[in-house]
Amino acid sequence: MAVLKAGTRLKSAVCSTEVMVVAAPKDEVEVTCGGAALLELGADAPGGGSADGEGEGTQIGKRYVNEAGDLEILCTKPGEGSLAAGGALLTIKGAKPLPSSD
Amino acid sequence: MNLMMLLEMAAEGMGDRVAVVGGDQRLTYGELFEAAGRAAARLQASDAEHLAILDTSSPALPVAVFAAAWAGKPFVPLNYRLTGAELENLLAQVTPGQLVTDAERVESLAGLDGLEVFGRDDFLAGARDSGGASLEREWSMDPEEIAILLFTSGTTGPPKAAVIRHKHLVSYILTSVEFMSADESDAALVCVPPYHIAGMAAIASSVYSGRRIVQLANFSPEAWLDLARAEAVTNAFVVPTMLARIVELVEERGGADLPHLRALSYGGGKMPQSVIERALELFPNANFANAYGLTETSSTLSILGPDDHRAAVTSDDPKVRRRLVSVGQPLPSIEVEIRDEEGNALGPNERGEIYVRGEQVSGEYLGKGSRVLEDGFFPTRDGGSLDDEGYLFIEGRIDDIIVRGGENISPGEIEDVLLEHEALADAAVVGLPDEQWGEKVVAAVVCKAGQDASEAELQQWVKDRLRSSRTPESFAFWEELPYNETGKLVRRTVRARLLAG
Repeated sequence: MAVLKAGTRLKSAVCSTEVMVVAAPKDEVEVTCGGAALLELGADAPGGGSADGEGEGTQIGKRYVNEAGDLEILCTKPGEGSLAAGGALLTIKGAKPLPSSD
Repeated sequence: MNLMMLLEMAAEGMGDRVAVVGGDQRLTYGELFEAAGRAAARLQASDAEHLAILDTSSPALPVAVFAAAWAGKPFVPLNYRLTGAELENLLAQVTPGQLVTDAERVESLAGLDGLEVFGRDDFLAGARDSGGASLEREWSMDPEEIAILLFTSGTTGPPKAAVIRHKHLVSYILTSVEFMSADESDAALVCVPPYHIAGMAAIASSVYSGRRIVQLANFSPEAWLDLARAEAVTNAFVVPTMLARIVELVEERGGADLPHLRALSYGGGKMPQSVIERALELFPNANFANAYGLTETSSTLSILGPDDHRAAVTSDDPKVRRRLVSVGQPLPSIEVEIRDEEGNALGPNERGEIYVRGEQVSGEYLGKGSRVLEDGFFPTRDGGSLDDEGYLFIEGRIDDIIVRGGENISPGEIEDVLLEHEALADAAVVGLPDEQWGEKVVAAVVCKAGQDASEAELQQWVKDRLRSSRTPESFAFWEELPYNETGKLVRRTVRARLLAG
């Protein structure tokens, strides 16, 4: 469990998934991928968890949110594991397309 | 947060797509990533503290932008039209540094202390040389690091450097662009110069959306139309003066012949209503978007989108029609407030200064600190108002406001009235020193070809629509008004010319 900070980059312990925290709740939250807690980008993977848990894995460029809407995670590298927080799978945030201005 | 994250994702998710086309050079996202890594290694191995570019757009530009981000040094695009003392002053501010420039300038600048100068082609060739060393695939993740130093155009004073940190530009992209949302065939024609914030934003948003950047180094309406056709361009951004010239040429030719053009956005200055109305007719299949933003806000703050354009053009309600000259509604991630001179919030349809808040807002100048207030709002120094539905109307710089006998007069309001006169093609209103009133209202106007208007007639025209204190005391009739190359009216030149008589 940790208090996450927007802009922090993390990686999966069990698959190739990498993410960046876009928005995080004020309180501690445990975000997992494939059932294992996410690690700092530079950390060594300790093993454990499984890339083939429930869910459909992660897709690059998609934003994943929790039900409360206070946690948003951007997938910067895809993988087999699925993201979850507090045991509940995160869902893809719908895109609201803006007209291109540049 | 780091701009490099955007390019890394593009290289990972669509490495084989073409990222940029300039002249006869093409780079895919994968190649752009690799080139940035090599240029970054060269930058980090030197004593340089900045990577500057003094050149028109070329594929060296995105390579340099990302190389600087990778190596953790500020990227500084300089105005290539500057010469002499003005240029020397800017160059002194980027030493020690590496500088990329055109072949003609390399020799004359190579002798300057503290600058390692590269010709554009050599810089790019070195970065693309697969034998060259690259930096490790890691970069600072400190969101506070400076991404870009951008000298603002300074239409009212000497240039100063706006500080854009990685967190500002990355937040702007993440909140306004969906990753890889462009089709592989999408292409954006970029003709604004590198030292314009729209040029920087175009690189970041095109890379993240996966839209090919097609670079036009020197704008002319002929070259713009030719390139747009040759590269099957789907999206383009222009400043008002460019659109005016494109519209003229298309009218002359009797058609644009750009079947792929889907989105035409404009911004960077006030768009005359007649130009946008003609453009809507000439490009019936294009979606128009008007963007308002500042250098200090990492580009776009609000957008008048395609649906807004159509609604305004087809409406009988004058309130809705008027929105065609608005800049639309703020982005979802941006808050806008209109405040009076004491900083009190104003209601709808009340005119004051535009304040903005959001993660993309920097509001900071190098060596001068941040102008963002404690409540997070940045005073833009632009005057304006919001209508009942939150459409934002811009009335020009607060510093251009004329104070006549204690009354604040917005030049934009008088210019709008003058432009409704059928004989006038363009109008500028400024304040000149006056013994009795402090300042007096004076206008410089341009008549349409073959048309004419007298001073008395124009004075009556304004008097009938505004009050007499806002009626210009005198009119100068000019062939054209002075605009800078990115379409901004240079009011200090108007004032100087009027004073010189």
